[in-house]
Amino acid sequence: MNNQAAVQSNIEFKRHTLSNGLELVAECNPDAVSTGLAFFVRTGARDESIELSGVSHFLEHMCFKGTPTRSAEDVNRELDEMGSQSNAFTSQEQTVYFCSVLPEHQLSALNLLSDIMRPTLRQSDFDTEKQVILEEIAKYDDQPPYGGHDAALVKHFKSHPLGNSVLGTAESVSALTQPQMLEYFHRQYSANNLTLAVAGKIDFVKIVEQLEAECGDWNNHDVQRDTQRYSTTPDTANITNIHKNGTHQQYIIQITDGPSATDADRSAGQLMATIFGDDNNSRLFWDLIDTGKAEYAVLESQEYQGSGIFLGYLCCPPESQESLLQRYCQLTTKLHENGVTQQELDTAQAKVCSHIVLRSERPANRMFNVGNNWIQRGIYETTREAIERIEAVTRHDIQKVLDKYPLSPATTVATGPEKEQH
Amino acid sequence: MPASSIDTYQFDNGLTLLVEQMPWLESAAVTFLLPAGCQRDPTTQPGLAKLTAEMLQRGCGNLPSRELEQAMDQLGLARSTAVTNYHTRLSAAMPATRLPAALSLYADLLQRPLLPATQIDDGRMVCIQELLAMQDDLSQKLMEQLRIRQYPDPYSRSAHGTLEALQEISIDDVQQFYTQNFTPRETIISIAGNVNSKEMSQTVNALFGNWTGHETSQINTTPPPGGHHHLEQESNQTQIGIVFPSVPYSHPDYFQARGAVGVLSDGMSSRLFSEVREKRGLCYTVFAMCHTLREQGCVLTYAGTTTERAQETLDVLLSELIRLGDGILPEELGRLKAKIKSGLIMQQESSNSRASSIAADWHLLGKVRTTHELSQILDDLSCDSINHYLANNRPTNFRVVTLGQDALDTTGANTTDSTSTNSGVL
Repeated sequence: MNNQAAVQSNIEFKRHTLSNGLELVAECNPDAVSTGLAFFVRTGARDESIELSGVSHFLEHMCFKGTPTRSAEDVNRELDEMGSQSNAFTSQEQTVYFCSVLPEHQLSALNLLSDIMRPTLRQSDFDTEKQVILEEIAKYDDQPPYGGHDAALVKHFKSHPLGNSVLGTAESVSALTQPQMLEYFHRQYSANNLTLAVAGKIDFVKIVEQLEAECGDWNNHDVQRDTQRYSTTPDTANITNIHKNGTHQQYIIQITDGPSATDADRSAGQLMATIFGDDNNSRLFWDLIDTGKAEYAVLESQEYQGSGIFLGYLCCPPESQESLLQRYCQLTTKLHENGVTQQELDTAQAKVCSHIVLRSERPANRMFNVGNNWIQRGIYETTREAIERIEAVTRHDIQKVLDKYPLSPATTVATGPEKEQH
Repeated sequence: MPASSIDTYQFDNGLTLLVEQMPWLESAAVTFLLPAGCQRDPTTQPGLAKLTAEMLQRGCGNLPSRELEQAMDQLGLARSTAVTNYHTRLSAAMPATRLPAALSLYADLLQRPLLPATQIDDGRMVCIQELLAMQDDLSQKLMEQLRIRQYPDPYSRSAHGTLEALQEISIDDVQQFYTQNFTPRETIISIAGNVNSKEMSQTVNALFGNWTGHETSQINTTPPPGGHHHLEQESNQTQIGIVFPSVPYSHPDYFQARGAVGVLSDGMSSRLFSEVREKRGLCYTVFAMCHTLREQGCVLTYAGTTTERAQETLDVLLSELIRLGDGILPEELGRLKAKIKSGLIMQQESSNSRASSIAADWHLLGKVRTTHELSQILDDLSCDSINHYLANNRPTNFRVVTLGQDALDTTGANTTDSTSTNSGVL
């Protein structure tokens, strides 16, 4: 395939590191009409102890509740005044605060984002926002897969911190105190644990100047994270069914080991997941979706620092759960025995590369890509390099991934009307 | 970035082609709107449009379904198919050079689908699975009920259909629905991205110019049921929906209404976000949005909150809707304008959003507003004009739908008698 058009010669990568360790990575595209800015904080659920469960995500909300110079209303009002599209999210290992603006607002956006990285964490705001977090937990508990995702991660990772829940539970969040959050904030939001990623039309010199002026005095100390690989061999006979009243479908999650964020075989892992379990024109699609055996059946790879997993998601009527799992297992066996065909690989590469090109048109998407690559892998990758990485994968690479990471047996958790274990 | 231009082509068979040239992009996107939405489902066969759309994708021309999907993947099409109330909607984004080949596949798919009888049971099962999964989606269930309270049937329908009907639909029914409703006469094809408009019109003419079909039939409407409604559901949260009448997109006052609702709900400094979530911590999700048909519109308001705080949330929501009638402040409008304007400019980064936007414009207005025109409309919007609109059109005639463990006290919603709306004529 020809994706040459994706190489834009006037795009330039630039970086700068403050003396306190705060890093700036920028993909400058003078032709862009917007600017994306994001603070990536290397902290998330995996950095929490049991008694702090949910604190990273709660803290993400609290960062919008005001600073020594801005009230919560000021923060919200200013974000809207500059016409920004802004939000934040927390995962197992990152908390990301982002904002897309027209280029003329990039310095105001940076001023605001850097300010909220040093929040006040007032007790009264903490108490009000706790209610919002509890509502968020209640909301997700009413939605498929009804906490199944968290339950599956805990079951797979056991006491390893990658099994920690991002939201926490109603109990853990209710028990959190403001001093605990403050202590966690000081520990994790050290300057050298943050990266500012910027993409689109950028005034790099001014961004550096302002970053130095506004963030140069941020404190800085060692932040620890244990990234040793976690591996497990799941017990296939042990399916956990979590009953949920008033539901109609069964939602099944399967987890097995996979490549980590820095493993060379991660691209082969992604392509294998596309061939086997993309939501369209994959083996699972033709066998289970096209035939109406399942509402959905997909396989995704999820990479963490030091570890990785393949996540299978299935949805079907409760009476079909057993036969569906059997069929899924037959399909994985066949995949392991015979590998993939060259045509399947070619198609998956065309599909993945096209999506990379389409996504690259928006600075906001490039901002996520640049920031994520930097904090997960310490690299910058152009769109062209990403395409080349995908196109370089061979059938042999896929076979090696399959040999190394069996998709069966899998850690299996199902939620829905089903009551008993099979 | 140069200003984009939009060209319109009307073909003899009634087909409309819209092309927006965006030469700064590498991608192109296409949207097909076919007059085959679920409003065309026969009363006894809810779900027929959905099943037809499902069968449509199971091969065309000389390509059986697997080969069709294979060809689409090799072209790198990021694609989707959906059935809305008005339309069966197909869309795809791709590197721009692949667009002619993609159009050729879609020409076969729309004009020469195989609709294979041997796969009708598989297609039926796909639709049944989606129907079952939808029943677990509580907020979607609520929004569907809200539409039913506001719009006349069949404009209030969702595409899922019913289990009973889906089980009875035959391949002949699908074939008949296809013949009656997949017609060029009211079909819109919109293309946006790095394309040449003239070349596109020639390609589309060659591929779709000989397509023939009937005119679609008239739609008869029946008025919606009145009053409030509670659906019992075992859940942590109560889903609260409030709907009230507003003007459609085609109405001269639409942007006045849209501006008012924007003050209510767009952004983190909007009234609902700050009063319901930020100050009181009552919920995680709360919003209001303008919803529009061709000749009728409404405002849909939503909040999800735990059972014990549901009454307070409903009361605060209603008080904010009623307070909106008192008018908005210049600073609120200033923020909204900044937000919408930057959104309009950023839309220029996406061929997919533009293709979808211009198709919707054509459907609702019979013309397309350029980004420049929209920007002008936005500039002309003033606090006075919105407040004048609000003074004459205070939010009223609320209908409340709740879904959760307990019904709520809805007396706060009974602001006027509710007989003055919904004539049932569209």
